Amino acid sequence: MAKHETPLLDQLESGPWPSFVSDIKQEAATRAKNAKGLDYQMPSDVCDDLLGILELSYKDGTTHWKHGGIVGVFGYGGGIIGRYCDKPKDFPGVAAFHTVRVAQPGGKYYTTAFLNQLMDIWDLRGSGLTNMHGSTGDIILLGTTTPQLEEIFYQLTHEMGQDLGGSGSNLRTPADCIGSSRCEYACFDTQELCYFLTMTYQDELHRPAFPYKFKFKFDGCPNGCVCSIARSDLSFIGTWKDQIQVNQAEVKAYIDGKTVDNGGAFKGRDWGKFDIQKEVIDLCPTGCMALVKGELKINDKECTRCMHCINVMPKALKPGKDKGVSILCGAKAPIVDGAQMGTLIRPFISIDQTLNKQLSDFEDEDEWMEYLAEKYEAITEFIELVWDYWMEEGKNRERLGELMMRQGLQKFLEKVEVEPMAVHVQHPRTNPYIFWKEDEVEGGWGRDIEDYRKAHSR
Amino acid sequence: MALDTAEAQKVIVENLEKKAKSKSKFYLKDFYSFFPEEKPRTVKKIVNDMVAQGILEYWSSGSTTMIGLKGTGKQAGAEGED
Repeated sequence: MAKHETPLLDQLESGPWPSFVSDIKQEAATRAKNAKGLDYQMPSDVCDDLLGILELSYKDGTTHWKHGGIVGVFGYGGGIIGRYCDKPKDFPGVAAFHTVRVAQPGGKYYTTAFLNQLMDIWDLRGSGLTNMHGSTGDIILLGTTTPQLEEIFYQLTHEMGQDLGGSGSNLRTPADCIGSSRCEYACFDTQELCYFLTMTYQDELHRPAFPYKFKFKFDGCPNGCVCSIARSDLSFIGTWKDQIQVNQAEVKAYIDGKTVDNGGAFKGRDWGKFDIQKEVIDLCPTGCMALVKGELKINDKECTRCMHCINVMPKALKPGKDKGVSILCGAKAPIVDGAQMGTLIRPFISIDQTLNKQLSDFEDEDEWMEYLAEKYEAITEFIELVWDYWMEEGKNRERLGELMMRQGLQKFLEKVEVEPMAVHVQHPRTNPYIFWKEDEVEGGWGRDIEDYRKAHSR
Repeated sequence: MALDTAEAQKVIVENLEKKAKSKSKFYLKDFYSFFPEEKPRTVKKIVNDMVAQGILEYWSSGSTTMIGLKGTGKQAGAEGED
């Protein structure tokens, strides 16, 4: 029988969706049974008490978790978030219920062995409950006690080679799409850049460095599967500078119905014969495509990289060959000023596609890192300019996007040493005044007063 | 001139002790104001080293980090973490 009556939570199980309540109950039953005979380091009724305190919160209409804590692991200022409940006598199993953020692998590639090892640690030393994955992308281990933190950290780092993720006013765990490991659209090696920046900025990731949180995310192409444009302070999106590669024979195969459109994604239903005019050309947001005498023509200058035509006809169209990344700055979720999407600041940073050596090509990882530091120098230079500006000017708990809004795009561009360009302009100016700076005016502000007096008496 | 670490640590402890009656936790940016001539990165390194040495400690809500003298404030005692 359940330790606590939970009629309000039980109702959450009645809907058509998978229920976290059912999951917690399942884990509570597993721990009560303890078929593996584990020497649980958390109270075995932790999940029952979690359900109990959640039921009470629904009943009272208020949270029973206190705010934050001082706990962590030695040398790190992130990755652990102290959580305590304010009813420890009634719910001793969750008196301390700390969260552990573990860095997720690049592209979220897991092996079964890795997941089993992770759960062996967590079943023993924590509640057994996880959140795969948190909003930033980490593996979230929910609920453990203070004495277990160093033990978990040791096992993660020494036995699994896995590090903690970021939390607090740190660089947060960078997240990427699977990139060129499995996706033909990827315009850069997302996992390589993500790993390189993670290793380069270890200090920023593990110890507080900033006015508030800071996130990197990497999308290999403008499809944006990681949605970096909305979820990260610095969003890296793969793109190309030259023309979309067109294979006219394959275009014809699509038109003739010999190749299934959209990679077969919609073939579960009869949508009728593929119509390139209706399904591709007319849907191009900039109208930059046309079918001329059976050949697909693209005015690439007008292309805004919406990816629709490439997604519909992947065998016929491919991203261009001159590949690189766009960097967008300042996206954030709504707390102050509402939600913001990233602003395009660096339209194109070229990534040399011939620099494609892997770790196995080097003596050790340090050598590989040196190679990558050179490859991605333009990116790290830009990142550090952004950080210098934000660290100097950002207010406490002010995200980069809020600082950009407060001080204006012009100031931001100056600070990150980017010349204003047409892509930075969202709409025609609404302010009729032009404020010149001294260095923009011939002769500056200074004048020779004697010279002036010759023509102007007092 | 490079910031002398021992001197900087002294300045930080003095400033935090001075404010201890009204406040036990500080944002990282508050520490920058103790050294207006220094780059934030330099101050950040000193503050993080002081945590490693056990002079200061972090407090985290999960989204924000604050820093204070180790053992100050109510939480350590209240949660049995002291």
